[in-house]
Amino acid sequence: MSEVKFSKEHEWITLEGDVATIGITKHATEMLGDIVFAELPEKGSNVEKDGTAGVVESTKAASDVYTPVSGEVVDTNQAIVDDPSKINEDPEGSAWFFKLKMKDQSEMDSLMNKEEYDKFAKESAS
Amino acid sequence: MEIKKTSLNKLHQSNNAKFVEFAGYEMPIQYSKGIIEEHKFTRSNSGIFDVSHMGQLFIYGDESLTEELEKIFPLDLKNLKQNCSKYSFLMNEEAGIYDDLIITKIEEGYLIILNAACKDKDFEILSNLLGSKFKLNLDNNRSLIAIQGPKSVEILNSIINGVDQLNFMTGNWFDSDNQKLFITRSGYTGEDGFEISISNDKAEKFVENLIEKGAQLIGLGARDTLRLEAGLCLYGHELDINKTPVEANLRWAISKSRLSNGGFIGSKKIMNQMQDGASQIRVGIKPEGRLIAREKTKIFDDTDTQIGEITSGTFGPSVNGPIAMGYVNKEFSKVDTKILLEVRGKKHPANVCALPFYKKNYVKGVN
Repeated sequence: MSEVKFSKEHEWITLEGDVATIGITKHATEMLGDIVFAELPEKGSNVEKDGTAGVVESTKAASDVYTPVSGEVVDTNQAIVDDPSKINEDPEGSAWFFKLKMKDQSEMDSLMNKEEYDKFAKESAS
Repeated sequence: MEIKKTSLNKLHQSNNAKFVEFAGYEMPIQYSKGIIEEHKFTRSNSGIFDVSHMGQLFIYGDESLTEELEKIFPLDLKNLKQNCSKYSFLMNEEAGIYDDLIITKIEEGYLIILNAACKDKDFEILSNLLGSKFKLNLDNNRSLIAIQGPKSVEILNSIINGVDQLNFMTGNWFDSDNQKLFITRSGYTGEDGFEISISNDKAEKFVENLIEKGAQLIGLGARDTLRLEAGLCLYGHELDINKTPVEANLRWAISKSRLSNGGFIGSKKIMNQMQDGASQIRVGIKPEGRLIAREKTKIFDDTDTQIGEITSGTFGPSVNGPIAMGYVNKEFSKVDTKILLEVRGKKHPANVCALPFYKKNYVKGVN
């Protein structure tokens, strides 16, 4: 599995072969608060880099989930739809959102590594 | 304009509050535990709410003040006993709501609790209506603290003996720490609880004392989910200048004895609507599944005709599901009517339901 990369929209992504797993970061869940609803893209649909690919809602508000890369949705995590509180519990592990079959792996290059993201998150929070 | 702070601002900070701007005040939306935990703690234990941004308007006068206020409010104030409170509205001639409020008869006159965003305008309106005959004081030297939830009576009574003798919607003056507190048994969460009016310089110490006894600070986020589960209106959402108390399904708050003769501002419109019914009415709404329909969500019938709009919608932590309130055309206002909510371009099924979503635990008969 590849190194974890991060987007400016607070998604994380890992790559295994040509399949990317995408979720939202711990920092994002801390900003959102208690998550009570999740909507995921449909399996088989195609999503475009930086386009919307789902929704999360906290008690306070709804937020779009973006995909940091393009591809075909090959799997979604029904467990977080059934119990959205899992996203707060383990955002960067078992509470992944969807898996994509990537078209162009070079899209990974522009994303941040952990160190860069932590710095970005810290700056954008203040 | 510079943001205003309540006398508890430092205490909020030291309790890791996340702040938002609300009606010109820096207010805590939540603390470190988050809205759901805070909500559940209030339902099972005792939550402390800083509501010092709300207006505390003291109006001083004798029986002639009661007469003048009856020309304004749809209440039977002549028969309101001292220290008893009523929920009411400040309206215009068309019965549009300027503000919803709690009015309590006190020895010196009346105390009215007003919404933060409306209080200055309310003061202006009431000053103009009452003229110079009565003294009005929108008291900025007092904080307002709510303590809500089943353990609140025990906690507050251990500090101020005797509050357990108050009935719901009554109040009284109590002595504590060399000052007079005005305490009412009331609230905005669907739980038993109290609101305490206390001078600003004593507020922080008083709240620290409540925390020591086991109560916890709760933010405006949980205050909103609690009141929505309790089916209570929030000004600016369910209520505004274009809505009447009849449309808001709050006719219970209008004294029956005032309906035959009217004589209060907006009475003609109210009496007409009571007779003919309002064309739109506030209802409870439960979306099917987990979908949350927020404020301004459009409501449709099964023929694609818009029949209303959501005014508040969230996830109800005690209900463990999405809940909402909104206005629908009269013919769709019956409980169990199927409606459709348009969220992110798709229509989702929902049902009109009875309010409240969460059963109340008010204490009615202590005495």
